[in-house]
Amino acid sequence: MVASATPAPTAIWRNRRFRLALYQAVALLLVVGAGAYFVSNALANLEERSIRTGFGFLGREAGFRIGESVIPYDASNSYGRAYLVGILNTLRVSLLGIVLATGIGVLVGMARLSSNWLIVRLASLYVETVRNVPLLLQLFFWYTVITGLLPSVRQAAQLLPGVYLSKSGLMFPAPVPHPGHPYMAAAFVIGCGLAWGYRVWARRRQEATGQVPKLLLPSLGLIFGLPLLVWLASGAPTALDVPVFTRFSFRGGNSITPEFLSLLAGLVLYTAAFIAENVRGGIQAVPRGQSEAAAALGLRRGTALRLVILPQALRIVIPPTTSQYLNLAKNSSLAVAIGYPDLVAVTNTSLNQNGQAIECISIMMGIYLTISLSISVVMNVYDRYVALVER
Amino acid sequence: MAAVAPVPPRLGVVAWLRANLFSGWFNTILTLLALFLLVRALPPLFDWGVAHAVWGAAGPEACKEASGACWAMIYEKYRLILFGRYPYAEQWRPLLGLVLLVGMIAASCNHNAWGLRLAQAWVVALAAWLALMWGGFAGLTFVPNNLWGGLPLTLILTVIGLAVAFPLSIFLALGRRSPRMPAIRLLCRLYIELIRGVPLISLLFMASFMLPLFLPAGVSIDEVLRAQVAIILFSAAYLAEAVRGGLQAIPRGQYEAAHALGLSYWQARRKIILPQAITVAIPSIVNIFIGLFKDTSLVAIVSLTDLLLAMRQAIADPEWRRFFVEGYIFIAVIYFVVCFFMSKYSQYLETQFRSGQQR
Repeated sequence: MVASATPAPTAIWRNRRFRLALYQAVALLLVVGAGAYFVSNALANLEERSIRTGFGFLGREAGFRIGESVIPYDASNSYGRAYLVGILNTLRVSLLGIVLATGIGVLVGMARLSSNWLIVRLASLYVETVRNVPLLLQLFFWYTVITGLLPSVRQAAQLLPGVYLSKSGLMFPAPVPHPGHPYMAAAFVIGCGLAWGYRVWARRRQEATGQVPKLLLPSLGLIFGLPLLVWLASGAPTALDVPVFTRFSFRGGNSITPEFLSLLAGLVLYTAAFIAENVRGGIQAVPRGQSEAAAALGLRRGTALRLVILPQALRIVIPPTTSQYLNLAKNSSLAVAIGYPDLVAVTNTSLNQNGQAIECISIMMGIYLTISLSISVVMNVYDRYVALVER
Repeated sequence: MAAVAPVPPRLGVVAWLRANLFSGWFNTILTLLALFLLVRALPPLFDWGVAHAVWGAAGPEACKEASGACWAMIYEKYRLILFGRYPYAEQWRPLLGLVLLVGMIAASCNHNAWGLRLAQAWVVALAAWLALMWGGFAGLTFVPNNLWGGLPLTLILTVIGLAVAFPLSIFLALGRRSPRMPAIRLLCRLYIELIRGVPLISLLFMASFMLPLFLPAGVSIDEVLRAQVAIILFSAAYLAEAVRGGLQAIPRGQYEAAHALGLSYWQARRKIILPQAITVAIPSIVNIFIGLFKDTSLVAIVSLTDLLLAMRQAIADPEWRRFFVEGYIFIAVIYFVVCFFMSKYSQYLETQFRSGQQR
């Protein structure tokens, strides 16, 4: 073959960059086209069923009642406020669940590494059982147990003086509101801030002088002592609003509904089993040489655990635990099955009432995405804080 | 734990007890506490579950008199729990389907048998299973899928979900790592992150309330298929992340070597990259399988009679309603056995593949 002086222009469809651009354009077109097709169908269908569109419904009266709420709400409030109630209920159970599941999960994870044979077996039994049974089944189980097996309100079981457990939930005493309470809360926040500042100062001092200032007692003093002082200064109000049984039901005090109780129990026990596995894996992944080296340096077991093992284990534990937190927040959506008025339950009621399925479900998905993203961001910041600083 | 531990010395009973239960005051307290709890809990549990329980055929009256568990409830209702509302006389068909499925799973357990032949066998088996469930040929009466229920429905949603979602997830993972097509990368990434950011319930809601609106007037798809679509979309996103993890674990040299051999993009993916990546990703893929099998129970919320809802319908019978704990235990055992088997199998595979990499 004779090579021509000027290379023959290759056909444009044999040009690699052109083909890549073409594939992408086709893919985008397909997605946009499918979207447009669905939207046009939806518009036609909505018109045919004379369903209104748009988010105007958020301002209209909701007209349904919600079982429990952290903010004042009644049926004459707007859909927007109903959604807010649902969001707050979801957040309430998720945040409390995350805290409790972390505590139990860390304990069980340590228990699985214990040198005690019996404790290891018991912890494994718990983890294997809970992990291999669907969460929804566990939620139904707890809910049926609480509403089916517990005594009725009349024969409520008294766990502690003033604390009652019955079919209609957990009743417990609450402090009577007092003008001093907001100041106590403020003192608690200030105490936390001061304790953190003290910690920073203590570390600087250790770096400068080599002396290690006492950390635990002063911090506890700041965090709990300040509110205590404020409490004493405001006259030490001890009035408690104790639940009392009157004729048919309990009056006064605070209560937790059976729905919230069973949802929380199910979520916490389920997620804790997964977190326990992460903790166990994380601690086991720290090479044995690390604890031997710490011992050779003369560190005591507790100190070695705190300063050498845990910081390294934490790095391994955090990413999978983040996804467990995300799972817990997403799994709280199963609340709808046992009648806890979370975001999904509110969405379900709204869309059954006004038929605006697209808007209602989009709002719900948007909110879950926001919650998921927020948890990821917070945990990523923390992850970066404990990450290995390489040279 | 050390990988190469020396052979532990044989301990006597007393020495074993001292080493494992009573080393130090803290462990002694823990042991005593645990023993105390076990002694308090186990005998009553045994009495309830075995000694004073009612076994075999018995009426609800016999159960009310007994102080133990009412396993007679399971005896009475097990066909309803296992097969839901599937016509009673035809329930041998889902049973045969289950046997077929168990046989296929048993055949697939040996990882040396994995390959094109096995995949083809699965396609045939799944088609045969669905045909058996639907019927409408060779004298089998037609059973519409709103009558399907119980364990077969749970398994169909899981297995079909995985069978469709897995290939989809491979394309999503490849797309998300596509080196030269930013638009494809963005689309795949958006899809994966969107799906992973929302709960499965919201997708099931979307499938049952929004999907009918998106279809042209007159076209409708049944409830089982809608839930199936939601499950496929959901698990594809999670599987894609697992596969992507596997792809990331492949050394760059493998890509370069494939390129140097003159393999095209798809040849390299099919022959070099994916076999290695999927092997690496198997543990997380199996974890997703387990999660999905448990998550199919969520279809109970959109009123599909899966194993969980079938059980709840069985105990809705006023005569047996008080024996709900037995019902929950029964299906919990079914779920447990399947999930436990899968997780043990995944551990076995992991050791198999790890030993394959050591030279």
